[in-house]
Amino acid sequence: MDFSRCLTSSKVFKSLGVFKKIEMTLTDKPNIQDHLYPILESVPDPEIPVFSLLDLGVIRDAVEVDGIVYIKMIPTYSGCPATDVMSDDIKSAFAKEGKTAKVELILSPAWTTDWISEEGLIKLEEYGIARPLSESHDKAALLGGQKLVKCPQCGSTQTHLVSQFGSTPCKALFKCDDCHEPFDYFKCLK
Amino acid sequence: MKNTHLYNYILTIADNSLILGQRMGELCGHGPSLETDIACTNISLDLLGQVRSYYQYAAKIAGDGRTEDDIAMLRTEREYVNVLLVEQPNTDFAYTLARHFLFDVYHFLYLTELEKSKDLTLAAIATKSLKEVSYHQRFTTDWVKRLGDGTEESNQRMQAAIDGLWMYTDEFFHPTPAEIAMAEEGIGVDIMKLRSQYYETVNEVLEEATLKVPESKYFHKGGKQGIHSEHMGFLLAELQYMQRAYPNMDW
Repeated sequence: MDFSRCLTSSKVFKSLGVFKKIEMTLTDKPNIQDHLYPILESVPDPEIPVFSLLDLGVIRDAVEVDGIVYIKMIPTYSGCPATDVMSDDIKSAFAKEGKTAKVELILSPAWTTDWISEEGLIKLEEYGIARPLSESHDKAALLGGQKLVKCPQCGSTQTHLVSQFGSTPCKALFKCDDCHEPFDYFKCLK
Repeated sequence: MKNTHLYNYILTIADNSLILGQRMGELCGHGPSLETDIACTNISLDLLGQVRSYYQYAAKIAGDGRTEDDIAMLRTEREYVNVLLVEQPNTDFAYTLARHFLFDVYHFLYLTELEKSKDLTLAAIATKSLKEVSYHQRFTTDWVKRLGDGTEESNQRMQAAIDGLWMYTDEFFHPTPAEIAMAEEGIGVDIMKLRSQYYETVNEVLEEATLKVPESKYFHKGGKQGIHSEHMGFLLAELQYMQRAYPNMDW
């Protein structure tokens, strides 16, 4: 139950007058202070440990005020159980550096797979998860049975859908017709 | 409570997803195949994730110290305002998927309107949920078509499911006082306007699935007033067991 905490941090932001500025920048690029990047880059995604929460694009704000780091994070899927773990991991990463972090979950603007960094997408493929296609191609692959998803093992697009839902809410399960390996596909979310 | 209508309104949205999420969660480890098992539990997870946002907001509006868990877990049967459709038990796979399909079509139309709400929290939850629900609707629509237009037996089972559930569909479109008040303020959805689009979409899918659209004009209602079918008590007994047995427990 993080609600009391996020209320508190909103109050602090308001009293410090930085609240408005942060709200305005939310829809744009994430507002992350330069000196906080190295710590955030060290926090891996709990489900896909090859990339960081920054690569995933869930951190929308990170601002240090009077020794306390205020972070705004957007969940990928509403019910994703990894969200709580992410929040705890961020706090312990900052605690190691002697900093206190407060993580607030925000709902708007809703997360989209467009926010995964290009570097993140490359790491995703190297890890064996196919990257999200564009919205129209995603629909064609998941519904129309079109062979568009590239196998992360052998690079073939001769692949077929096994299940629209995979091991986590964000993925679908595919199988390659050429190398016969099953693999996860990161679904497009827009 | 100052915002009684808003609080009750949030519950009319959230309770449907909570109860249906619980029903789909029951399939965990019991789905007909691994893939469908995972799909159904993923859908359950999405719904339960969405209701957390709603109940957190409801708890804030109530402002009486209750938490999201209290609202989700510790109300009595008469205090839940979900429609009768979502509490119907899982029987066979056709019935389970038909129930979800009949909800998804409504849910998608509903959230599309709720996105325009003057209440920014509800609009944000709707935007987020809509992305997930569009996947749910594709999944259940696909299964209605596959079973309807499948073998003789799958067709019969899907037809029996649609026939059995049809009488629960019209309840969606009977607004409660909270729904009327919130729609007037531009916060809630004017649900009566969704009816024709709902049946148009459902009928199109049924036709493609070679299923007959039921002709009965008799519809059950009462869930939104807290008057539930006999299945609800059993469902709540399971849903609330941990909080009742170990009050205030936390994971």
